[in-house]
Amino acid sequence: MQQLLTTVLTGVTLGVVYAAFALALVLIWRATRIVNFAQAPMAMITTYIALVLIDAGYSYWLGFAAALLSGLVLGAVVERFVVRFVSGKSEINAVILTLGLFIVLHALAAIVFGSRYRSFPAPFGLRGFQIGDTTIALTGFGVFTVVAVAVVMVGLVLLFRGTDLGLRMRASAFNQEVSRLLGVKVGRMLTLGWALAALVGSLSGLLIAGGGLVHPSYMDGVVVYGFVAAVLGGLDSPVGAVVGGLLLGLSLSLVSGYVGSELVPLAALVILMAVLLLKPGGLFASVRERRV
Amino acid sequence: MVRRHLLLALGALVVVVLVLETTSQFRNAQFAAMAYYAIAAAGLTILTGLNGQLSLGHGALMAVGAYSTALMLQSREGTLPLLVILALATVITVVVGALVGVAAARLHGPYLAGATLALAVAIPGIPLYFSEWLGGEQGLNVRMPEIPVWLADAAYFVTGQELTQIRYLAYLGWLGVIVVFVLLANLSRSRVGRNWQAVRDDEVAAELAGINLGRARVQAFVVSAGCAGLAGGLLALSARLAAPSGFTLTLSLLLLSAVVLGGLGSLVGALVGAALLTFLPQVVTGAGTDLGLTDVQAAQLAPLIYGLVTVLVVLLAPAGLAGGLRKLIHWRRSS
Amino acid sequence: MLTVDNLSAGYGPVPALDDVSLTAGHGEITAVLGANGAGKTTLLRTISGLVRARSGTVSLDGRPLTGVSTEDLPALGLAHVPEGRGVLAELTVEENLRLGALGSRRKTTAADLRRIYDLFPVLAERGTGLAHVLSGGERQMLVIGRALLSRPKVLLLDEPSLGLAPKVVVQIFELLRGLVRDDGLTVVLVEQNARSALSIADHGVVLNLGKVVVRDDAATLAADDGLRHAYLGF
Ligand SMILES: Nc1ncnc2c1ncn2[C@@H]1O[C@H](COP(=O)(O)OP(=O)(O)O)[C@@H](O)[C@H]1O
Ligand SMILES: [Mg+2]
Repeated sequence: MQQLLTTVLTGVTLGVVYAAFALALVLIWRATRIVNFAQAPMAMITTYIALVLIDAGYSYWLGFAAALLSGLVLGAVVERFVVRFVSGKSEINAVILTLGLFIVLHALAAIVFGSRYRSFPAPFGLRGFQIGDTTIALTGFGVFTVVAVAVVMVGLVLLFRGTDLGLRMRASAFNQEVSRLLGVKVGRMLTLGWALAALVGSLSGLLIAGGGLVHPSYMDGVVVYGFVAAVLGGLDSPVGAVVGGLLLGLSLSLVSGYVGSELVPLAALVILMAVLLLKPGGLFASVRERRV
Repeated sequence: MVRRHLLLALGALVVVVLVLETTSQFRNAQFAAMAYYAIAAAGLTILTGLNGQLSLGHGALMAVGAYSTALMLQSREGTLPLLVILALATVITVVVGALVGVAAARLHGPYLAGATLALAVAIPGIPLYFSEWLGGEQGLNVRMPEIPVWLADAAYFVTGQELTQIRYLAYLGWLGVIVVFVLLANLSRSRVGRNWQAVRDDEVAAELAGINLGRARVQAFVVSAGCAGLAGGLLALSARLAAPSGFTLTLSLLLLSAVVLGGLGSLVGALVGAALLTFLPQVVTGAGTDLGLTDVQAAQLAPLIYGLVTVLVVLLAPAGLAGGLRKLIHWRRSS
Repeated sequence: MLTVDNLSAGYGPVPALDDVSLTAGHGEITAVLGANGAGKTTLLRTISGLVRARSGTVSLDGRPLTGVSTEDLPALGLAHVPEGRGVLAELTVEENLRLGALGSRRKTTAADLRRIYDLFPVLAERGTGLAHVLSGGERQMLVIGRALLSRPKVLLLDEPSLGLAPKVVVQIFELLRGLVRDDGLTVVLVEQNARSALSIADHGVVLNLGKVVVRDDAATLAADDGLRHAYLGF
């Protein structure tokens, strides 16, 4: 019982981070039909930016804000100056491009920030809360994680559903040509979409790093989990990405708790293949078939 | 065609002997490494270039070949002949590749990339979990078997030099390269190869022409997995080790970039890519330390360049460096 | 008023539009007719800047549109309803309409929406639902309504009748006629359905293989048997 509770709580905390990362992938996929595998090293870089500031004596929150802001800028730059040139061309080229970026950012980070493991602080306690004499697996930082992701998601919903800018962004994602005929500056919307996605990705980078170790590869697994979560949700649906992230977090936490943490990536692979082969449109897809 | 390929192979064999006999032990080791990169890259270029399937999981498939080889070389009481071991490692990887390929055949583009990415990240966890059997983090040491006496004698007789273990490995590797390249070159010109290409170019048309899409994809994946397995086996022999740290995602990504740099679909390109993977690090690392970088930093310059060039190739010359050059020359001439 | 002078455009070596000139007068409907592949869609797309012109100019009330990007056209008073209608099916009906107003850099007012819902009462019932569920006729009404919300001076319509029941076509065309009469709208109506188009148009232009072959009053064109058989198919 105790272990199950621990597993569930860990799963939810991890799940919201995967959800955030998946959401970042989905935002970009919807707008440009590109799965941005470079999202992982982008988030890694911005987390390092926070770490450098924090290690230089600035507060955690300054580092946090700087990471999110640099995520925003990095996303915009990558879209405007790199990805823009392959959009609409062959699918395979776009994938290779994001992988090329992956390699570049990895190497850059190792050169600039070093390859060794560095510990990343957490702004809240990492010890589980005490209930009576039992300690449960919910930590102060865990609560912060859930709240931070929730705040960002509410913010995105308000933006997309409640503002003209959000409406323009959604229109560009669905049909670029029609949007242009309606006066929407599609290029700007795409840049903004990548920027926002990178901001969300950076947030998950910070949350994964909190209280743990960072090194240039520390997000590599997360991009897989984020992708699996996004595919669980159908890859097109922000809500699906969030639900997919939570489900995946729980499942992987079960595997980690009852089988072994070494096999977590393998479990993610198995889940991914099962979804792609059995329910290619995602868990919540209606009858509509989808080519994967 | 086949005749021409065989002649080329004979010529290549002569070149290989000349080069390996006249270069140092250190260079021999580098050539051994180039050989396994070339084999893996050739397999990947067939898969991606000829059949249009992307794989980020070839590093993981190499791990399968490497661990198979290492396991077969564990016993102290004599082992199977090395060629048999490498062949078995290839077969084992082919079986794993067939499993992956059956699943992969139904995916395309980013879905396939994501699934093989998951494979690349998942495989290194397996030796960690089964650490008793697969050596955990430390991996499995590979005991290189003795060079057969007849071979050592024959080599001495022909070249007048003692055949060292490293040179022996380099020969083994390049023998592998020649065999694999001849087979792949013939294959890609055969009906099977043309079918793969048809599937890449236009699925609907290929299906109308009576090609079984799934079978073509699985075939291509299996062939390319076999190459990865053989490459992995050779890598394990060269490194004397099969360990999770040797088969990270980075390996898969570098292989892919080698294939892209060389020009997707060209076997010569795969050779060029393999040469870059082998020799560029030394050159740029040296330049980096001269510029005042630490060794650790300088070691990252090579991947940085691979990544940058990959991005540039995709943006500017999707036919790869070789293809881009050809186009440039053509453009110069015609204008 | 929309003026097209000596416009040429194409997709490869073969021109899809060859030296086409056209004037769509204020408060008039100009029908652009021709068989499938004649270049009608290309003409509208070149006017909107979706296809780059090889040569020639387009001007709106005397102002040349050369160098003006597609995104800025709605604000200048040019609305283009593309072939296949361009409903954003993943958005609600109301969101589609709001985008129309946004095109001319305005906020949608309640009065705006009411005007469209008065014109097309069926849309009012669908307002908050996804546009995905609309029928073909409702979609055509939605995109015309959406275009009207950008307060256009010139409206380009690409085959609005395609796939619609004849009764619905009549309904939509009558409405169009009314808009031109009451609001002084200028309409360029691309149609393969020449009979219906000529019934409401003032003038007509017939394209064949990217060239203008005939231009005349709508009534004259409709009465010309040889022409009808050769190019208009009725
Ligand atoms: N995107 C395109 N690429 C290449 N050729 C095209 C494209 N669109 C149209 N065409 C060609 O241009 C010509 C005119 O087409 P279009 O303007 O669509 O004609 P219409 O609208 O009158 O049916 C046709 O021959 C058509 O095949
Ligand atoms: Mg048309």
